[in-house]
Order: sequence, then structure tokens, then C-alpha cells
Amino acid sequence: MASRTITIENLKSGEVATAIYEHPYIVRLCHWINTVALFVMIGSGLQIFRAFPSFGAKIPEKDLINWPKAFALGGWLGGALQWHLTFMWIYLATGLVYVGYQLFSRNYKQALFVPRDIPGVWPMVRHYFFFGPKPPSKEAYNPLQKHAYTSVIGLGVLSVLTGLAVWKPVQFSWLAWLMGGFHWARLWHFLIMWAILGFIFGHLVMVVLHGWNNFVSMLTGWKKDPDYPAN
Amino acid sequence: MISKTDGRKFKSLSRRELLKLTPALALGAFAIPSLREPLLKTGLGFSDWASSLLFRTGQPAPTFADSGLTPFDHFPINGYDVDDPEVDLDHWTLTVGGAAQKQGDYTLAQIQALQKFAQNTRHICVEGWDVIGRFGGARLSDFLQMVGADTTARFVYVECADDYYESIDMATALHPQTLLCYEMYDQPLTREHGAPVRLQIPTKIGYKQAKYLTSLEITNVLPRVGYWEDQGYSRFYGL
Repeated sequence: MASRTITIENLKSGEVATAIYEHPYIVRLCHWINTVALFVMIGSGLQIFRAFPSFGAKIPEKDLINWPKAFALGGWLGGALQWHLTFMWIYLATGLVYVGYQLFSRNYKQALFVPRDIPGVWPMVRHYFFFGPKPPSKEAYNPLQKHAYTSVIGLGVLSVLTGLAVWKPVQFSWLAWLMGGFHWARLWHFLIMWAILGFIFGHLVMVVLHGWNNFVSMLTGWKKDPDYPAN
Repeated sequence: MISKTDGRKFKSLSRRELLKLTPALALGAFAIPSLREPLLKTGLGFSDWASSLLFRTGQPAPTFADSGLTPFDHFPINGYDVDDPEVDLDHWTLTVGGAAQKQGDYTLAQIQALQKFAQNTRHICVEGWDVIGRFGGARLSDFLQMVGADTTARFVYVECADDYYESIDMATALHPQTLLCYEMYDQPLTREHGAPVRLQIPTKIGYKQAKYLTSLEITNVLPRVGYWEDQGYSRFYGL
């Protein structure tokens, strides 16, 4: 990983701090545009779901859940579809630009979970959930973070593919077939949304618990006082 | 590469990087009520344009075995106002207008004289539910040929006995599975399902499957697109 390190000298006190340039501009821009797009996609998706809150038959219909209107976007089915069919392009574009940039710049190594990260997973789980000691940080992301960031990109790809199968079950009938038919594609699309919501929940909890410097670095690119050595 | 700076310079460097994110604020336009509607309309229009590019005449909608059919009494009846607009079935005709050499009124017998096709296809409602039904009727493309329609026109527009109205693009109208449907489950259409003739287009969403047709027009201009489309739904909604 090509990282830029900077030493910052406080002119008054003479204290010296360091900062690492963690997130390239394209990554940050995609992150924040995608944040908005994902918010709109989930909100409008839930409003669309409200039109038929079931995965069974229309007759006799058994509603799965009465999803509250307050947690949905678009006001009515037609409005929600306008949001959904508009922002899906923004969601797709940020996804493609992000993945393309990561591959092209080779910056993906920062976040991609690879087999050599496997041994580091259990110590991190012990640290996060069972009060284990904090394993030493060697790079920007620990194995568990890499696992989360890699998985959520996979979920993003699946959300697009299942969405395509729901939107175009005739033109992409092979895709719908792969998912078990239109009916199942709609269910997968819904479940993947919950998986992404699960990621967002964990992501936000981590930001709140120990992420101020991480949060700032997703805004400015620079992470102050990194807990890992620059390489 | 390690370089040195001081606290103030680092702050201004950070601020510059932060300001580079301002293009993302453009999305805030969606929060402004007066801009929201035109933006969403543009977005939906873009989706419809992409949809029309994805449409392939040679791509059939999946068909299903009889064992996969939804029982007839579980096939939902979706009328937007009435289930039965009391069509006079004995004197019903379909009035053909617009870009057709043989404009005029066509009887059910004339439509039934065309070759009949039956297909088990999926009907998908914009709400998200779907059923598999058996539909029989004449190909719309055969009917258009019979009336001498100009198939270079852009749209086929229909009106219904319950003042519902709809339109489809010509490519979809000419698709071999697009039917002037007069039978469901091998029985004449019942009144609730659109007797005597409805559109059955397995490559389109449910609200395009107009019932109780009364007139059909071949046209390049659509003064109105469709009952739901004119309230903000997708105009193309191809599956």
C-alpha cells in the first residue's frame, strides 16, 4: 500500500504528531455519495415493500409485517419507485467507480480480505466481543474490518443483481432463474437489504465507539495519530 | 515518503481535502421541493430509456407448465374503480383509429378468426406480487397487420370501458407474446378480468394489461400515456 505519512510539528509546544493519508479522494467521494444513495434506496425500497408486504400469494395474502410509513421514503408506491429507479443509477455508478478505482490504483489491498487475514480474525473477535487483548495493528484495517468491507462490497453486487432480476425478470430471465425465479429474487433482494443494514449498524457502532480519527480520515483523507506503522 | 509540516498548514491541507467533497452536496438538490419533482422525473425517464434499450423482441417471457398455474380463483382482480363496467358484450366492437389503412370497428369474431395462441405466463404487479396465469387470444401483431397498421409508428394506445387508458411502444406491441386476450384458463374472459378483450403482455408490468378494451389507436404522439403513468409511474415498465 502506497501511503503518505506526514509529521506535524506544533510550533508553540514543539510536540510532534504524525498523520497518514488513508483514503484517496475518489474513495471518499464514492463513500459519501453512496451513503446518500443507500439511504434513499433502503427508504424507498421499504415504501415499495409496503405495497405488498408479503412474499407469499396475493390471495390469500398474509402480510409479513406492517412496516411503518415513518421509516419509508417516497410517500406512496409511485413516488417510492421514482426515488428507487433514479438513485439506483447513482448507487450503481458509485459502486462501479469505487471498484474500478480500487482495482486500477491497487488501493484495494487496503480493504480486501485475503486468506492470509484468516488467522487474525479470531483474536479480533475476542478483542471486540470477549474483552480479549487488542492485537497489534499492522495496517489500516484489521482482519475483521477487511472482512466486513469486503463482504459489504459483495452484498452491494448482490443487491444490484437481485434488483436487476426483480426489475427485468424477462430480459434477465436467466438471472431470475439463478435466484429461483422472480418470487425468490424479490425475497433475496429484501434479505440482502437487511444484511446491508446489519453492516451499517455495526459500522456506525464502531465509528461511535472508537472512530473519531477514522471518521475524520474518511472526510479529509488524513488520519491523525495512526495506531499502525506507515510502510 | 515522509514530509514535515506544522499544525496550521496541516489544518488547511485537511480543509482543502474536505472541500473537495462538495460535489457530493449536489445530491442536496433532491431535498429542495421545487427541484425534487423534475429531478425524479428525469431519473425515471432515464430508467425508461434504459429499459427500452434492454428490450429485445427475440427474448420471450418465461412460460410455465400447467401444474405451475395459479388457481383461477386466486388470480387477483385489479380494477382501479369498478370490477364490471357493464360492457354490452353482444354489441361490443373494438374501434381502430390512427395510422391504420382499415380504420373502423372490429368485432370479437374478427379477432377470434385470427390464429389463436395460448400461453402460461407470469403476471407481475407493480406492487410486487405475481401470479402465473393461462391466457389465450390473438397476437396483437397479427391484428395490427389485419387492420393495415403502420408499424413504424411509435405507440399503440388503447382506451377501456371504465375510462382506463394505456399505451405501449410498438416494439412491445409486435412481440409474439403480446396478445389481444379473450380467454383465461381456456374460458372466455369473465367480466372482472376484462371481458370481452384485454391486453396480455408478459413483457410488461401489470398496469399495462388493460381490460375491457374499446378502442385502439396507432400513433406517434400520446396526448395521455396511461392512467397510472400520468400519475407518476414508469411509462415503459418493461420486464
